[in-house]
Amino acid sequence: MSIQPGEKLVFGAPSTLSDRLTHYCPGCHHGIGTRLVAEVLEEFGCIKETIGVASVGCSVFTYNYIVADWVEAAHGRACATATGVKRARPDRMVFTYQGDGDLAAIGFNESVQAANRGEHITVIFVNNTIYGMTGGQMAPTSLIGQKTTTSPRGRNPKKEGAPLRMAELLAPLDGVAFSARCAMDSVAHVNAAKRAIRKAFDVQRQNLGFGFVELLSGCPTNLHMDPLSANRRVREEMIPYFPLGVFKDVTANEKAGA
Amino acid sequence: MSDERILIKGNEAVAYAAVSAGCKCFFGYPITPQNEIPEVLSKILPESGGEFVQAESEVGSANMLLGAGACGVRAMTSTSGPGIDLMQEGISYMIGSQIPAVIVNMSRGGPGLGSIDASQADYFQATRGGSHGAGRTFVFAPSTCQECYDMVQDAFDIAFKYRTPVLVLGDAIIGQLKEPVLRHAPRNKQDDKAEGWRVEGMGDRAPRLLKSVYLEDGALAARNEMLEAKYKAMRADIRVETIDTEDADLVVVAFGSMGRIARSAVQLAREAGHKVGLFRPQTLFPFPSEQLEELAKQGKRFLVIEQNAGQMLDDVRLAIRHYADADFFGVMPGIFVDAEELLTPILERMGGAK
Repeated sequence: MSIQPGEKLVFGAPSTLSDRLTHYCPGCHHGIGTRLVAEVLEEFGCIKETIGVASVGCSVFTYNYIVADWVEAAHGRACATATGVKRARPDRMVFTYQGDGDLAAIGFNESVQAANRGEHITVIFVNNTIYGMTGGQMAPTSLIGQKTTTSPRGRNPKKEGAPLRMAELLAPLDGVAFSARCAMDSVAHVNAAKRAIRKAFDVQRQNLGFGFVELLSGCPTNLHMDPLSANRRVREEMIPYFPLGVFKDVTANEKAGA
Repeated sequence: MSDERILIKGNEAVAYAAVSAGCKCFFGYPITPQNEIPEVLSKILPESGGEFVQAESEVGSANMLLGAGACGVRAMTSTSGPGIDLMQEGISYMIGSQIPAVIVNMSRGGPGLGSIDASQADYFQATRGGSHGAGRTFVFAPSTCQECYDMVQDAFDIAFKYRTPVLVLGDAIIGQLKEPVLRHAPRNKQDDKAEGWRVEGMGDRAPRLLKSVYLEDGALAARNEMLEAKYKAMRADIRVETIDTEDADLVVVAFGSMGRIARSAVQLAREAGHKVGLFRPQTLFPFPSEQLEELAKQGKRFLVIEQNAGQMLDDVRLAIRHYADADFFGVMPGIFVDAEELLTPILERMGGAK
């Protein structure tokens, strides 16, 4: 975008973000999450030494938006592939960007085991309680009673179990240096998400362990809502079940202990 | 590294060969009969500056392998049949994304949990592309501990030459057998030439993406045409051992552990005055079809011996189909045979001549 005479640029995109339209639906929060990661990588000045690991789902095309070297992982295996990348190149910043079906269902084992090994990688986990790319099926994080194309009567905890709270599940593992849950439904929440993402990359920079941020997101298309209603759902239905907060921060403990 | 002759198992030869070939990352999950490979590597790989990771599963191993290979690093995993089943996903993605890696299968009996005894029943899985989407891997078939050593070294070169996963298909006999092995530095180690494609952080160049998804009109077709051309190009690296085939009336075709037993059986037949030769493919994909066809043109007869119900038999028949057919003698996985037992079917085909 060029600045015309008499115009002043008051808000731009980070240089780490490509200048192209995303494939995300209107009202989807993926665009915000992708941008926040791009901003942090720009601020850390490490984009030239960064390797992204793409997942499968709506998140797959993140490699089209964050300008860096990328390798595409199989569905759910991003944390295993990132393990291989980081072990081969421990001097590089390595991150994954995954959705809920990818990280918490098919890739649950790879995710938890990488976290438990304390792999020095950063994992950004977008939780919108539904499979987006495949058209709205039940996710491991779908809320109780949530109707999806594969839970037409609503998620029944007696049959489908309760939604997985990944940020809390990972936090107690010794290998995890940082685990937080944030949301992207309001400016205040987006700002908090940015701080958490910074931290999740910072613990990698310091070789402290696994950095994890769960980002609650709307999915208007598959929830059959307009964007504002999907936003409201994050606040009124998701956050009560998926509380926001930092569940582990080894740097905070160090400070407290000092 | 100075050359040194030591008495080791095939599995140990695989491990030592990997380090000497410059393997920097190993990812593996325990399974019999290949456990010496990760056990030895867990000791010697970190000592040589490499990374050893015991993965959570073979699914994990294969996808870690993909990540390390994407960085242009020499990386390896090893397993046995059931583990290869779980690795097929990663193998398919590595083929599609053109990521080099070495995968060792010290195969065992199946289907299912099967047994831990020797088996050649993974031939189809290894050579047909065991995963979805028509991908093929280059396949070496060692029949001695020395070949385990040499072929694992060469497997890394082939993996980078063609940017592809390479399988080394042994079995419980090859893995557990102890033989003298000459340890040596790679004879002609190739330059990996990974600078042009690996992910490493983009620095000041344009960003790179290693992927296997091709959604645009015609893009996947073009990708597969390129891969098919690559499989054809791999034929330049076909290897086969032939013994006494020139004047042979009957050519015994066998690979891997059965290849070595068949070699002894062919020797016994020769000593008894029968014109028998051995054709032992050392690469199973690509398969030495032209070499076999040449022998068929000369009017020779063929006997395929495998430790399965007839798998390589298909490739032999395809190779010689214009000139001859092949006879088959199968040994079921888990049954151990010696050269004397293989001599019987050979002599039967010789019609008791002499």
